[in-house]
Amino acid sequence: MNIPTTIEALDLSSTIIQVENLSLHYNRKPAFAEVSLPIYRDQITSLIGPSGCGKTSFLMCLNRLVDLVPLAKMSGQIRFNAEDIAQKKVNVVALRRKIGMIFQRPNPFPLSIKKNLELPLKEHRTKNKAEIEEIIQTTLEAVGLWKEVKDRLRHSALLLSGGQQQRLCIARALVLEPELLLMDEPCSALDPLSSATVEELIQQLKEKCSLLIVTHNLAQARRIADYTALFWFAEQTGKLIEYGPSAEIFNQPKNQITEAYIRGERG
Amino acid sequence: MLKQDLSSPPKGFGGVFDFVLRQGSTGVIWLGAIFVTAWSMWLISDIVFNGWAGLSYDFLTHTPTNAGREGGIAPILVSTGLVLAICMAVSFPIGLGTAILLSEITATDSWWGGMIRRSLDVLAGVPSIVFGLFGNAFFCNILGLGFSILSGGLTLACMVLPILIRSTEEGFRAVPIAQKLGASALGLSRLSTLFYILLPIAVPGLIAGFVLGVGRAVAETAALIFTSGYVDRYPESWLDSGRVLSIHIYDLSMNIAGGEAHAYTSALVLLILVLLINQTASHIGLRYLRRGVT
Amino acid sequence: MILSNGNILSPSTHDRFLTGILWCFSLLASLILGLILFFLVYNSLPVLWDIGISKFFLDSSWHPSEALFNLTPMLVGSLLIMLGAILLAAPLGIVSAIFCRFYAPKVIAVFYQSLIELLSGIPSVVYGFWGLVTLVPLIQKVNPPGTSLLAGIIVLALMILPTVSLIADATFANLPKEYFQGAAGLSLSRFTLLTQIILPASKSGLLTSVILAAGRAIGETMAILMICGNIAQIPDSLFSPVRTLTANIALEMAYAMGNHRSALFVSGLLLMVIIFALVSLAHRAGKGSVYA
Repeated sequence: MNIPTTIEALDLSSTIIQVENLSLHYNRKPAFAEVSLPIYRDQITSLIGPSGCGKTSFLMCLNRLVDLVPLAKMSGQIRFNAEDIAQKKVNVVALRRKIGMIFQRPNPFPLSIKKNLELPLKEHRTKNKAEIEEIIQTTLEAVGLWKEVKDRLRHSALLLSGGQQQRLCIARALVLEPELLLMDEPCSALDPLSSATVEELIQQLKEKCSLLIVTHNLAQARRIADYTALFWFAEQTGKLIEYGPSAEIFNQPKNQITEAYIRGERG
Repeated sequence: MLKQDLSSPPKGFGGVFDFVLRQGSTGVIWLGAIFVTAWSMWLISDIVFNGWAGLSYDFLTHTPTNAGREGGIAPILVSTGLVLAICMAVSFPIGLGTAILLSEITATDSWWGGMIRRSLDVLAGVPSIVFGLFGNAFFCNILGLGFSILSGGLTLACMVLPILIRSTEEGFRAVPIAQKLGASALGLSRLSTLFYILLPIAVPGLIAGFVLGVGRAVAETAALIFTSGYVDRYPESWLDSGRVLSIHIYDLSMNIAGGEAHAYTSALVLLILVLLINQTASHIGLRYLRRGVT
Repeated sequence: MILSNGNILSPSTHDRFLTGILWCFSLLASLILGLILFFLVYNSLPVLWDIGISKFFLDSSWHPSEALFNLTPMLVGSLLIMLGAILLAAPLGIVSAIFCRFYAPKVIAVFYQSLIELLSGIPSVVYGFWGLVTLVPLIQKVNPPGTSLLAGIIVLALMILPTVSLIADATFANLPKEYFQGAAGLSLSRFTLLTQIILPASKSGLLTSVILAAGRAIGETMAILMICGNIAQIPDSLFSPVRTLTANIALEMAYAMGNHRSALFVSGLLLMVIIFALVSLAHRAGKGSVYA
């Protein structure tokens, strides 16, 4: 395995999450096995690889959404701020407040635009009305949605276009000021134009938090990611086969599979 | 498709046989449907035509006299309403809670969830007369409630629970998984997820379940004979015996010579009631769905 | 900080409270079946203790006042009526569902479906009343007394037909769309699609519908009570009166005392045994949760 930085050599302050030997089984069927990798603070890390090699499952382990999947069994360690969040006793509610997630299909709640943002805010941050108004405005501005929706905050979020919905979902995650944002192919269900807007937004988000993005779009990974990890299906399960700075992965891959995959010959 | 069968002439014996089978099956299916329609129309029109004559405002607002051969059914409607009210007031919260637990909180593979489901499956199949036996032994005798509106309502509550739970569960199943994942990913508590995300989407299902329960309860007779009793005057309290509409029909047709005319009219009232309950439900459900979000 | 779970203000406290309440409710819901079984057994025990199980099948007749407790005629009556109703309702119900989904033009299908739903909502006492005033006199003209096994079968068949039809329809509705698209792609005829693909694929659902309908038939009380004559004998023809287990309870519960009352709870227990068997059968057929 060609992971450039060994765990010992890592500067802990620069990594936000350190995954060690993480494996996941669905009803005894392995989804991925023995993945170890660091995720760096304030960087964009992308996970690439063909479908079915456990990328989304990996993402869902990091915020323990995998707990909701019946018969899923996780083993290994995930160090987040020096705590092992793979343990059973972790308060997942507090965890998910710090590690947000964006899904492939935009999933705004069938409530008004404002309510969508208000709900997590009231639950976790503040019940002060003025403060809520302010956070909503700044967050919507941050995702570039404020101008488009400021006159119809009370309309159903379902009336927005796909791209707007996805940006609303990002805003909804951002109001909690997460330290890490997990994104599961955030652009793949959108039309090319919206996709470009969201991609631009993702690059700006780097200033606010760390990002971990699953994508099928190699060009996108190359454009936006600082680090890239390639998952591959091998030995009946998903494996991490190469991880490093994107420039290295895309220009001088060390693994033959990686080379073939990024040239479009395999996968 | 059918036209094609006709235009390509069948060849040989197999072809003829095949042709007859195909056309014959279509005929049989249409005949079956017509038969069922005619049969049910016979029943419905019989009740409607014979019951219509006696139906009037007075019939609904007067007390029965001469053992029900004359007068109206006002106290009976009141008793029916009271029994239904108790039944739903008790069973709906329990049913809703159980449905939430089964669909949202227990894992699909949990042993307890499976046990609860199993017991509800059996409960749904328990004959209503057995509920009557149970209600009589438990509510009337052991709890000392006697033949009363309360006993009847509680017995019915036990009876409608499975159907209530099943349809409310359907309501929760209508909530897209993406919404549940989204709520979880934001770290929303179960309580807020329930109130803000699940319940609003599930409401039509809940209403449907509620109404199905009412419909089942209003139609019930056997479970009430030995729990709510026969007395056809206005009930004075929850602990007073009261006669529900279906028992009134039974009594008039079986035990009262010459009670047929009023039995017909009461049956029509019950039929209309059941129809109305179902219609209102689907209307409320639809309007809720169409209503915009604020 | 994430590991600290004990904070009173943490939202999970509310959640634990909510979950606690929900558990209470659902335990209550599942307790009901236990209570029912307990009271059936508890009230049956005296007579079972007194005279034993075998008497219920070997006594010369059902005359509780003379301490004769033979339940066989009622058991046979219940089973015969159920069997007859199923023989009539199962094919008709399945044909109804097929008609609605694959043969009827849209308008007719909608009308027909609501008719079936209406049928399923009609109270059993109304069915019984109709049977009593319309059907029984007709049968009486052919072969007196009119109140008979046949009347019971006919009315019960109409009552359980919606159960068969609605569950069969739901089974068809749940078939994967690919089946239909695949069949259309091969330009299979409707008949081939039906007999080769749809019916075989829905076998377990159809079986479940019939089993559940059988459960409803065996448990039906009021209609049977009103139209079957209620004579405790093994019927020798379709036109003889019969008494079912359910009608037996409904008829005598009002005045039964002591061993007699206890014997009625034994009939209830017997009904429960049959229902248990049917539900287990349905579970095996449907491989999942089933409600009536």
